[in-house]
Amino acid sequence: MDYDFNNGIELIRLCDEEGIKISEAMIRREVQMGDSTREQIIAEMRTDLKVMRESVKKGLTEKVQSVSRLTGGEAMTLYRYADFGPLSGSETCHAAAAAMAVVEVNAAMGRIVAAPTAGASGILPAVLIECSHTHDWSDDQLIEGLFCAGAIGLLFAKNATISGAEGGCQAETGVASAMAAAALVEISGGEPLHCLDAAAIAIKNIEGLVCDPVAGLVECPCIKRNAMGAANALLSADMALCGITSLIPFDEVVASMYAVGREIRPEYRETAKGGLAATPTGKLIAASIKRMSGRRED
Amino acid sequence: MENFSVFDIIGPRMTGPSSSHTAGAVRLGYIARRIIGEKPERVHFTLYDSFAETGPGHGTDKALIGGILGFMPDDQRIRSAYKLARDEDIAVEFTYSDEHAEHPNTVMIEAVSQSGHEIEVLGRSIGGGNIIITEINGMEVEVTGEYPTIIIQHHDQPGVISDVARVLSQLGINIANMKVFRRSRGDKNAFMCIECDERMTPDMKSILLRLCPAVRELMIV
Repeated sequence: MDYDFNNGIELIRLCDEEGIKISEAMIRREVQMGDSTREQIIAEMRTDLKVMRESVKKGLTEKVQSVSRLTGGEAMTLYRYADFGPLSGSETCHAAAAAMAVVEVNAAMGRIVAAPTAGASGILPAVLIECSHTHDWSDDQLIEGLFCAGAIGLLFAKNATISGAEGGCQAETGVASAMAAAALVEISGGEPLHCLDAAAIAIKNIEGLVCDPVAGLVECPCIKRNAMGAANALLSADMALCGITSLIPFDEVVASMYAVGREIRPEYRETAKGGLAATPTGKLIAASIKRMSGRRED
Repeated sequence: MENFSVFDIIGPRMTGPSSSHTAGAVRLGYIARRIIGEKPERVHFTLYDSFAETGPGHGTDKALIGGILGFMPDDQRIRSAYKLARDEDIAVEFTYSDEHAEHPNTVMIEAVSQSGHEIEVLGRSIGGGNIIITEINGMEVEVTGEYPTIIIQHHDQPGVISDVARVLSQLGINIANMKVFRRSRGDKNAFMCIECDERMTPDMKSILLRLCPAVRELMIV
């Protein structure tokens, strides 16, 4: 049995033929690659989950500040506020705050797990860890969710891109959101096809989003876009779980996201030359960061 | 990279904020430390292009020093790299160049060890934490650091490559990739970059130097 898959259709066929979940298909594919045993692979993912959990906790409990001093501490504020009847709902608001927490920790030179990138590292851990509190999910379930998310990310990496420099923010926070939505659906008992629907809905919601980081730093707008990505993942998962499907099939959505990404001009692909980075305030911030050159700080 | 592992998607575990400007910078510093092979006394970093422009906000300086200190990209001590370098009596200095480089994330690392050993390493961070060393002491090379690597400086003459390959096989080292460079026929400073599956020990290095007289110098990266 060959466990490799190149697109959504092949992945669904593999899951159907073997009667397995997406996470299991991804684990078997990894074993088939031959570098490690099943136990080693799962143990490695368990370590990733541990580091993800630590990064969420750090950003929600410690006063973090970025190297540029532009950001830090807002995740904690939103997380506390989320206890007092937020408009977006307590769970969504907590998850959004947790997503911000990870990216604030990232900007403060803390340790994170790229998922799929450092700039989008908040979304996946945030929704999984926050939902595990409210839905009583075990670590083993979360690890399965991470493998399912990995399979979705793999399909984007193979057939499109997961780099902001190549495809804009849709390739980073968009893909992270799609990965997270699929993981939520699988852990909630959805079928593999529902996972792909959730992923397709999530990426469609932000197709075309540009990457325009102020001063070229992974802070503004990245931190708040992770909050949005978490909310998008939760909502997309709920849509798929109640039976709403994506009118455009997953593989076609991936192809269209890639086509759009290639059309995005270089100014809007991580070069910090357009969009928010090119606003008067964005330029002022960039100039002040440049003056930091050579400043020693411990 | 078609054949991604799940850990290329979920991962790496790293110190933020940027895989190219932070994690890649740690790896560049780390490889420079391996090339010099001992504790450096002074290190001068010259940052070019995007490394110079947004490096300070990404902690690229601390990441490079962290690598020189022997840290891996997920080490949480990278933030305190300046202080830790001072504690180890390693003097560090940075130049933020206005010049453009061939690749936007380029750094030149010049290091001197206590025994007077000097190295110059030019490297690039090419995205996702991946790096390439493009020059060592003025020689054009291609070292990615993904495998244990041996860099050999040799006299270009018939048989030298087969001698090196034979000794490596006797030492139980399997060659994964190999590239040979020379400026002209009979170049006394030709060199080869050999990526291996196993890491060469200092003992193995002296055996190879003894058995391959055309090899002038060998660096384990």
